[in-house]
Parts: sequence; C-alpha cells; structure tokens
Amino acid sequence: MSVLLLAEHDGHKLKQATRQAVTAARSWQAPIHILIVGHDTAALAEEAAAIAGVAQVIRADAEHLAHLLAEDVADLLVRHGRGYAVILAPHTSFSKNVLPRAAALLDVAMVADVIAISAPKSYVRAIYAGNIAATVESGDAVQIVTVRASSFTAATDGGAASITAWDVPTTTSLTRWLGEKRNVSDRPALATARVVVSGGRSLGSAEQFEAVLAPLAQALNAALGATRAAVDAGYAPNDIQVGQTGTVVAPELYIAVGVSGAIQHTAGMKDSKVIVAINQDPDAPIFQVADYGLVANLFEAVPALVAALRTSAQR
Amino acid sequence: MKVLVAVKRVVDFNVKVRIKPDGSDVDIAGVKMGINPFDENAVEEALRLKERGKASEVVAVSLGGSVNQDVLRHALAMGVDRAILVETDAVLQPLGVAKLLKAVVEREQPDLIILGKQAIDSDAGQTGQMLAALLGVGQGVAISAIEVWDEEIVVTREIDGGTETLALRLPAVITADLRLNEPRYVKLPNLMMAKKKPIQTLAAAELGVDAGPRLTQRQVADPPARKAGSKVASVQELVEKLRVEAKVLP
Ligand SMILES: Cc1cc2nc3c(=O)[nH]c(=O)nc-3n(C[C@H](O)[C@H](O)[C@H](O)COP(=O)(O)OP(=O)(O)OC[C@H]3O[C@@H](n4cnc5c(N)ncnc54)[C@H](O)[C@@H]3O)c2cc1C
Ligand SMILES: Nc1ncnc2c1ncn2[C@@H]1O[C@H](COP(=O)(O)O)[C@@H](O)[C@H]1O
Repeated sequence: MSVLLLAEHDGHKLKQATRQAVTAARSWQAPIHILIVGHDTAALAEEAAAIAGVAQVIRADAEHLAHLLAEDVADLLVRHGRGYAVILAPHTSFSKNVLPRAAALLDVAMVADVIAISAPKSYVRAIYAGNIAATVESGDAVQIVTVRASSFTAATDGGAASITAWDVPTTTSLTRWLGEKRNVSDRPALATARVVVSGGRSLGSAEQFEAVLAPLAQALNAALGATRAAVDAGYAPNDIQVGQTGTVVAPELYIAVGVSGAIQHTAGMKDSKVIVAINQDPDAPIFQVADYGLVANLFEAVPALVAALRTSAQR
Repeated sequence: MKVLVAVKRVVDFNVKVRIKPDGSDVDIAGVKMGINPFDENAVEEALRLKERGKASEVVAVSLGGSVNQDVLRHALAMGVDRAILVETDAVLQPLGVAKLLKAVVEREQPDLIILGKQAIDSDAGQTGQMLAALLGVGQGVAISAIEVWDEEIVVTREIDGGTETLALRLPAVITADLRLNEPRYVKLPNLMMAKKKPIQTLAAAELGVDAGPRLTQRQVADPPARKAGSKVASVQELVEKLRVEAKVLP
C-alpha cells in the first residue's frame, strides 16, 4: 500500500510545503506517489520526480483543472484514490477545500493540521487554538491527513521517480471559476520565510503599516505578517494573517510589532525559534511567549531598529 | 430562497481550557460556552440576505445535547425565523455532523446552507465541505463576500496568496469566514423574547444515519511551553542579543 501526496503548487513551481509533506509521508515507510493536479504540469512533474524518496509522480492534467475547483479535484481523488493507504497533503487553503470533500465521498474521516505522525494511524494535532495537543487515531481504511508544513523539514532533491498520468473525469460543472486576486509582493513567502515581521492594529493605517514595517522587513529579508485586527481594519491583506484562522509560521526569527498576543495570534507563531516583541504595554501577553521583549513605542523603536541593523551590517 | 444555518456550541474564545486530571480530554465543566464565532457570521449573513429581500426564511440548526438550546436562542435573538435542535449525546465529528445535517437538509430543502469555516474547539474546518460532498452540490469555503444572482450565488473565498471568486449553482453550501460581516449585537429584550420561541427537537436516532465517531482521541496534553524570555532595555541591546546570544543575525 502506498501514500498518495497531493502536491501544492502555483502552476509553475512546487510550494516548499510539498517537500515538507514528503518528509511527513515518509513516516509510513511505504512508496510515496506525488499527484500533480493542474494544467500544463510537465515541468512540475519533472520537479517532483527529482525529490528524494518519491517513488512515482502522477499527473492529472486537463484544461478544466487549471483552477483546481474542489468539486473536480475531489472527484479525481475518489476515482483513483481508493487503493491508497494514505492520502496526504500540506494543510493549505487548497487541501482544506478539497480533502474534506474527498473524505466524505470515500466515507472516511479526515485528520487535519497534524504536527506529528505515529504511523500507521496515530497523529498529534493542535486543538483549541494551539492550547491543547490531542493524540487521535483513525480506524478508517484510507487515512486522509493534512500536515502542518512547518512541523516537518523539507525533503531535498536526489530522486528520479517515473512519471505517469491519470485519466481525468469531466468537470462537475457545479461551480464556475470567475477570477482571483493575487497579492503580489517581492518579499519572501510568509509560510517559508526565515524571518517574519508582524504588525498589529496599533500600526494605525495601511500606509503606516507599510511605511514602518517594510524597511524592517527589507533589512532582514523578512516576510510581513499581520494580526486579524490589522487585516480586518484593512491595514494588511487577508493572506498574511498569522494565527489560528490564518497561516501558521515557525521561522527562525519572529518579530511582533504592536501585537497584543491573543491566543488566536500566538497559535500561529509560538513555534518560531526566536520571538521578539515590541509593545508599549509592559503587561501585554505577547511578552509571555517572547524571548526578547522591548517595551517601547513602535513608531520610535522600529526606525531605530532598522538604523541599528544597517550599522551593524556595515561593520 | 430558504437559508439553513448550522450553529455549534463551543467554549468561549476567551477561555483558556484546562485538561482533565486523567488526560483523556479537556475539562469543560462550568466553562463559559457560546455560539462558534464563525457561525455567528453565518447567521448574520443569512439575516442580511433576508433583509435585502433575497432570502424568504432563515432556519438555524444545532446538533448536540439539550444545552445547545442556548446557541439556538442566540440565533433566534439575532433574528432567525425558526430553530431546530438535533438532539444527541453521542460524540460528534465532522463526518457524522455532515451526515446528520444532510438528513436535515433533505427535510427542509433549503437553497443555501451556511456553516462556519471552522469550529474553534476542534479546529477541524471540514463539515461544510463534507456536507456539500454528501449532497452532491457545489461548495464555497472561507467566504468573505456574497452576491446572489438568479440561479447562482457568487462568492469570494479567502485563499493563500489572495482571494478567489466563484459562482456556485444553487443549492450550495458555503462556509463563513470572520471577514464576511460584523455580527449584530444581541439586545437583551430580543434575548428575552427568544426564550419564549419554540425550538423544534429531532432525535438524532430518528434521522436514520450512522453518525458515529471515526476518530478516537487517545489523550490530550499541554503543548510544549516556551521558556520565559527577558526584557531588553534598548534597541542596541536587542540587536546585540539577537546577534550574540540568539545568533539569528549575522
Ligand atoms: C474565532 C477567532 C479567530 C481569530 N483568529 C485570529 C488569527 O488567526 N490571528 C490573529 O492575529 N487574531 C485572531 N483573532 C483575533 C484575536 O483574538 C485578537 O483580537 C487580535 O489578534 C488582536 O490583534 P492586535 O494585537 O493587532 O490588536 P490589539 O489586541 O488591539 O493590540 C494592540 C497592541 O498594540 C500595542 N500598542 C498600541 N500602540 C502601540 C505603539 N505605539 N507602540 C507599541 N505598541 C503599541 C498595545 O499595547 C496592544 O498590546 C481571532 C479572534 C477570534 C474570535
Ligand atoms: N454540532 C454541531 N452543530 C451544528 N453545527 C455544527 C456542529 N459541528 C460543526 N458544525 C458546523 O460546521 C462548521 C465547521 O465545523 P468543523 O468542521 O468541526 O470545524 C461549524 O462552524 C458549524 O457551522
């Protein structure tokens, strides 16, 4: 019995999370098949075939799969997925949309956002906004699992898997794709950045969010993150929300600027290696998870920090 | 258009839950409970559809013990027309909930079904997608905006990297994200009035579905705690510590 890994990609490149999921998939010590769903997937398949530990790459390529509608991808998994012991994917907006649908059609449970695997069927996952770690077991014949990418190291190259293809059912036509808005940024991707700088409601406006935090992000080659309050207020785009209901990150260095430290926020960043908090309130809960806390007005401290980083870089 | 909204009763989002001494589960005895925040967004959106003349009736449904009446009263106080309690003391997991909701949908025949994108206790985020699958209808997950066309509903989803817009043929299932709307404040007189409204009760056993749990929880534990950090007095000290002590700066 093999493990089927649903790859996460942007149409051109595999996401780092796919490589992290490969490491998770190795827990079963069974052949790993990577499934690439999309349109024009030849280059993606080559990239996947080169990952160490991958036994087989499967392409499901069709024009109507260009936008990865959940209805169509779930259909595909149900048609071909029954023979697998495990269907696994990184926990992303794509898999969160698709895998529960496939699980219900296969009449099996799904185990979401797993942080540790004890193969063949036991998992640790965070519940209650990361306040509790639960150990759960699935008795179902197909184990459907999404893994928290940041809990696993990324698999490197070194493989030479063969590439095959699945035939693709026609579209369900239940849903029509109308368009998308991609937030473009030349900063590193939030989920995989080595350094993340996050801002809260206290930044006060979209202009100040950018003006204060962008120089710091630039000095550290960091991704920008935000609290829900900052996103709701329109200071930052929705896809950079960090937390229970946003993205979970675990960078080397996380700098929380004017962030109070609500559990829904810390759920998404407390596995960072080093946490720095800048907040003017000495009693802000964020200081309870911070390795280094600076009690200061962010509008003074952040520019000073940028200046200090520049001078220290020049030395 | 008839709208069905699913509301779950969960531990209040401000409560830091504790673990039972035997480590079998979290201890929610005496803990403040309430409507799952995302479900409040779902109810709010259904009510707005009605206020805009798009929906004719809004029905709220909750699955669980008789204590779940409180979240249904909350929904009634917000303004839903009717409330249904699917009563069961069994352990409920997303697939089982989806199967029970499917049975309710077959009775009620709504055109649109709105759930929350995620329950903040189990953080599963699956039930809406599973229900859509079982019903064989389209799904809109993590929705931050809705527009009703004739036979379709146009939704904006929050996705990694931005947003996506889809047209779903009705009937359809959507799940509400927090940015869909700002739920109305429930006024005390409305809550008092809601106490007098009837709640229809269905025994889960009568719905004729096997909604038993598929996952077994072996134990719960506290996640590894972070060691307490320290305060620095200045930006210079911070940079120094990050370089020399934490070694995260060159
Ligand atoms: C169901 C649910 C899910 C949620 N999911 C998430 C999530 O995924 N992610 C998330 O982040 N939140 C989430 N939240 C919201 C969360 O509970 C908090 O409300 C939010 O994180 C607070 O954001 P904030 O820290 O920016 O704002 P606030 O709590 O308002 O904190 C602002 C902080 O800035 C400080 N400050 C103000 N001015 C300055 C200054 N000049 N210099 C320095 N410091 C200053 C203040 O002392 C304060 O600590 C969720 C809430 C719910 C109910
Ligand atoms: N016991 C329940 N009663 C009513 N609705 C529920 C129940 N459990 C889950 N739901 C709905 O499903 C959504 C997602 O839950 P989950 O998949 O458990 O994260 C919730 O926001 C509710 O709308």
